[in-house]
Amino acid sequence: MSTAVLHVRRAGPLVTIQDAGRPGLMRYGVPASGPMDRFAHAAANVVLGRPLTQTAIEVSLGGLSVECTSAPVTVSVCGGDFAVDHAGERRTSWAVLTLAPGDTLTISAGRWGSWCYLAVAGDIVSRRWLGSTSTHVRSDLGGGLVRAGNEIVIESAQVDDARDGPIEPPVVAQPARVLRVVLGPQLECFGPDAADVLLGNPYVLTAAYDRMGVRLAGPHLSINDALAIPSTPIVRGSVQVTGDGTPTLLFADHQTTGGYPKIATVIADDASRATQLRSGDTVQFVGRDPAAAIHAARAAASSHAHHLAVLADRPGLRTRRLLSTNLIGGAFHSPQPCRPAEGDISENPSL
Amino acid sequence: MTAPVVVPVADHGVLVVFDDQISDETHARIRALDAALALTPPPGLTEIVPAMTTLLVVFDPLVTDHNAISTAVRANLAAPNTSSSGALHVIDVCYDGLHAPDLGALAERAGLDPEAAIAAHLAGKYTVGMYGFAPGYAYMYGTPESIQQPRNPTPGPLVPAGSVIIAGQQCLIIPIAMSTGWFAIGRSAASMYTADHDKPFLFDVGDTVTFRRVGADELDSRLAEQQPAEQQLTKR
Repeated sequence: MSTAVLHVRRAGPLVTIQDAGRPGLMRYGVPASGPMDRFAHAAANVVLGRPLTQTAIEVSLGGLSVECTSAPVTVSVCGGDFAVDHAGERRTSWAVLTLAPGDTLTISAGRWGSWCYLAVAGDIVSRRWLGSTSTHVRSDLGGGLVRAGNEIVIESAQVDDARDGPIEPPVVAQPARVLRVVLGPQLECFGPDAADVLLGNPYVLTAAYDRMGVRLAGPHLSINDALAIPSTPIVRGSVQVTGDGTPTLLFADHQTTGGYPKIATVIADDASRATQLRSGDTVQFVGRDPAAAIHAARAAASSHAHHLAVLADRPGLRTRRLLSTNLIGGAFHSPQPCRPAEGDISENPSL
Repeated sequence: MTAPVVVPVADHGVLVVFDDQISDETHARIRALDAALALTPPPGLTEIVPAMTTLLVVFDPLVTDHNAISTAVRANLAAPNTSSSGALHVIDVCYDGLHAPDLGALAERAGLDPEAAIAAHLAGKYTVGMYGFAPGYAYMYGTPESIQQPRNPTPGPLVPAGSVIIAGQQCLIIPIAMSTGWFAIGRSAASMYTADHDKPFLFDVGDTVTFRRVGADELDSRLAEQQPAEQQLTKR
């Protein structure tokens, strides 16, 4: 084990340090932040056999280029379909690879997806705020933005090249285009037809898209004279409608209260998967009653737990481990199956 | 006093709606529910977010559901009030010169001379109603009627962290430099972030805040002292 350093040659806007988030502090105006795509972040860690909440780097469509300048380290790139260039060898995201000193790793926008995660077999040294390294971009609290010229220091860096290779992204890594919502909590602030308009028409993601949320374009949602209502708490997934009838879907760095009425709230898993859409993509909202929403949350948690377990122990890994063990040790040792280190994934409501 | 309405929020919350007007009575009921739920949290409760006229309860959908949480909310509405009256903070503010870029405009709108507007602001007793917007933005209500003015429709130039801004009955000490349509009428050296992990923010919802006037020299020396402390907060 050693300390590896990644020198940042180039970083697009909104490339940030993120662990699994900082939940529980909305009463102080602090949203959970954390990864835009929670599943992809967890997957990036799990394919390295790391705790699924470990600090990783969230890469935006602006891309990231780093050069490994000291010790070698095994890393993963998961999320969306990004173009990955490792020392001149072209790949796509959903891969594990080992960086040798002098190697440059360049991640750039690919065929689909808006965010991917660079996780490492080691510990990224980063600022911690209120128990978490997750970056809240607006306040620059937490680990912070990754910028050109930064050195990303990885303590306890490991080479685990038995894991190297492409990964088959599970179907849950695809973006959600049909977003399940529970209507409200401020439906009474809208005209009588507004819910039907929202559920009956496609909405398009505009270019006004960052970690706080994305403004949508589509049919006007009429608001009653509700613009003087006191601010109410909002969550990731809230569909807040401004005075001109335009909806905004809120994401990881959302404001914790908002003075505009909320017509509907997207269930957590769909709000996470929707972040992999891009400006110009279309979503369709569908209504669910609260009981169906709970059912959907439980189904998603179970599906994610299954897929993460598969990723942690993916095909071929066991064989490669056996081979490398035998080559080194000269004797057969049954390797420990790799599991997500957090143990019970189902306890984490965000997954 | 009507019973609050409990409305589902996606797959992981309920919003308890008390009223659509800000009042001390409504806010006291919200604080009482906040305290009661914190004292005896139902299984699966993960977060309580009190606001001016509503309270959000966030829960883990793998453990509980909207019905169980709504039942717990209703039971706790009837619980005896255990909320404390909140701490009292006295915050020093400088209303002079460049520290108060919008004082003149506010006073003019209110038909007062600037000294009278300052006196009105100093006479107010403010309640921390909720946090919002971004980390450390503690929205207080209690701005005296004589200086209540609606915010400007468009944000003005950037004002620094610590600026005391008012609009309508609300008052806020901003923790991060920002441009705002509110009136920046003074500046404080108070930091909303404490760097204390157990109490990370200066105010709790329900606390009372009053202001005391200081001169520009005193403010400037306090701001100068404070720089190192502010940098500490993001360190590990």
